[in-house]
Amino acid sequence: MANLKVSIGKLELKNPVMTASGCSGFGLELIDFFDVSRIGALLLKGLTLKNREGNHYPRMAETASGMLNAVGLQNKGVDYFISHIYPSIKDLNCPLVANVNGSTIEEYVEVTRKIDELEDMAAIELNISCPNVKEGGMAFGVSCPHAGAVTREVRKASSKPLIVKLSPNVTDICEIARVVESEGADAVSLVNTFLGMAIDAEKRTPLLSTITGGLSGPAIKPIALRMVWQVSRSVKIPVIGLGGIMNATDAMEFFLAGATAIQVGTAIFKDPLIPVKIVEGISDYLERHHFTDINQVIGGLHM
Amino acid sequence: MARKAVTELTVVENKPFGSNQQMLVLQGEQELLPVFPGQFVNVEIPDNKEVFLRRPFSVFGYDKENNLLTLLVKELGRGSRSLARVERGRKLDLIYPLGKGFTLPAAGDRALAVGGGSGVAPLIFLATHAASFQIQIDLLFGARSATDHIPSGTIEQLTRCWFTTEDGTLGEPGLVTDHPVMKKLEVYNRVYTCGPLPMMRAVAAMAKAKGVNCEVSLENLMACGFGVCLCCIEPTVKGNLCVCTEGPVFNVNELLWQI
Repeated sequence: MANLKVSIGKLELKNPVMTASGCSGFGLELIDFFDVSRIGALLLKGLTLKNREGNHYPRMAETASGMLNAVGLQNKGVDYFISHIYPSIKDLNCPLVANVNGSTIEEYVEVTRKIDELEDMAAIELNISCPNVKEGGMAFGVSCPHAGAVTREVRKASSKPLIVKLSPNVTDICEIARVVESEGADAVSLVNTFLGMAIDAEKRTPLLSTITGGLSGPAIKPIALRMVWQVSRSVKIPVIGLGGIMNATDAMEFFLAGATAIQVGTAIFKDPLIPVKIVEGISDYLERHHFTDINQVIGGLHM
Repeated sequence: MARKAVTELTVVENKPFGSNQQMLVLQGEQELLPVFPGQFVNVEIPDNKEVFLRRPFSVFGYDKENNLLTLLVKELGRGSRSLARVERGRKLDLIYPLGKGFTLPAAGDRALAVGGGSGVAPLIFLATHAASFQIQIDLLFGARSATDHIPSGTIEQLTRCWFTTEDGTLGEPGLVTDHPVMKKLEVYNRVYTCGPLPMMRAVAAMAKAKGVNCEVSLENLMACGFGVCLCCIEPTVKGNLCVCTEGPVFNVNELLWQI
């Protein structure tokens, strides 16, 4: 069987398939379906310093080949996570990555410090791309100075591998990627959701309580793929690709475009077993094409 | 064995149930996981590329011996429309069992279940299930007209079943809340309700006023159905909770309904 191990800086993964933050809770919902030690890493639901109830209902709208969400980082806060959730997931035998959020740099840093103390937390994903919060979130991810500043401070607050999750809602995502790389990010993950909107024409009302929300699913895959390709040629750090990956073929396209690992998000809503199916599908692809190592495929697009 | 599964079941029957619903009988090749009244399944909709997400349906019937799961499907949107027209022999991909169901009445309890529309499905399952433990749950169903009601003979042999119709063509004229049984709710110590939101709120308000324990089954829009997307939330005394995992059945005292 071909080697599936990949490295994201110091973070070594048994295979390159991660769940995407906000699409697999804290892992406990997935263990009802499969043994999570079979996937590369679990990206945990976004954490904030304090409890957040998130946005009002309705938070979801189905769209053509995808969906909009406006959850708004609902979580019980990092302290609750540490005392109530972390103890029950730290021994899942799957690398855990905390997704860190804040409305100010200070909040990002404080959450990061708390996570840094958790021995069994494999890495930190700095979320500067949530489109569904009024303060912070995407505001940090759409400007080079802000993205650079928050990355610099969070970098100082933790020695764990640092992944910065980028927003696609920018003019030049490569520019942002280069800034966070220069401020010490070990990897970038892209893309978060695209800001979108849906309207009920009959009722003449928006379908989301927040009017706008984040678009995900196969509808965004070609754009995500293009951005992964562009960013992987602009930075030296590993790129983690996500955006509409529904199956192993989609995942292979992201590897070929330059991603070292991938994240599966919205596809989990349709099939909770999809992360393991993709791991198996990647193995099959490598065997079929006579590769002995996934790393032989990364960035291997023929042009 | 995992407590939930993604599985394929074969449509062994798809027939009209009353004038506006279809009854889909699904069969597994292997033993099904246990399913309780009030729980639901999340179904991948066949033959419709416009439908991206699964659609949740309450379980109407569960036959462990024959590996059968039955759903009632009312055509409300593009997902249910495609599912209602699925052909016999077709395999359906579904995630099940999902959510927390109703609290069964204890022996000696007097219970009433009030429903309307597609809300009758889990209540009939509840009454059938309870009857297997020799516990009777009275039923009260409302509809616009006689033809919108469940076909006669569905449940009457197991329990009392009262009807209301807005046009007076069956049972008491008016809404379920106009039925005489609702005026003496105090004879019950449990009320269950499932159906249109205004109906559930009215029933819950009447139960609350009489101090009767009341459970409601919600059907908020959901993407995943198993607690990871956080889209189907309902505000409760414990904050926003997922209807798919903490519900769909809630005790009305947990909800922030102003009733």
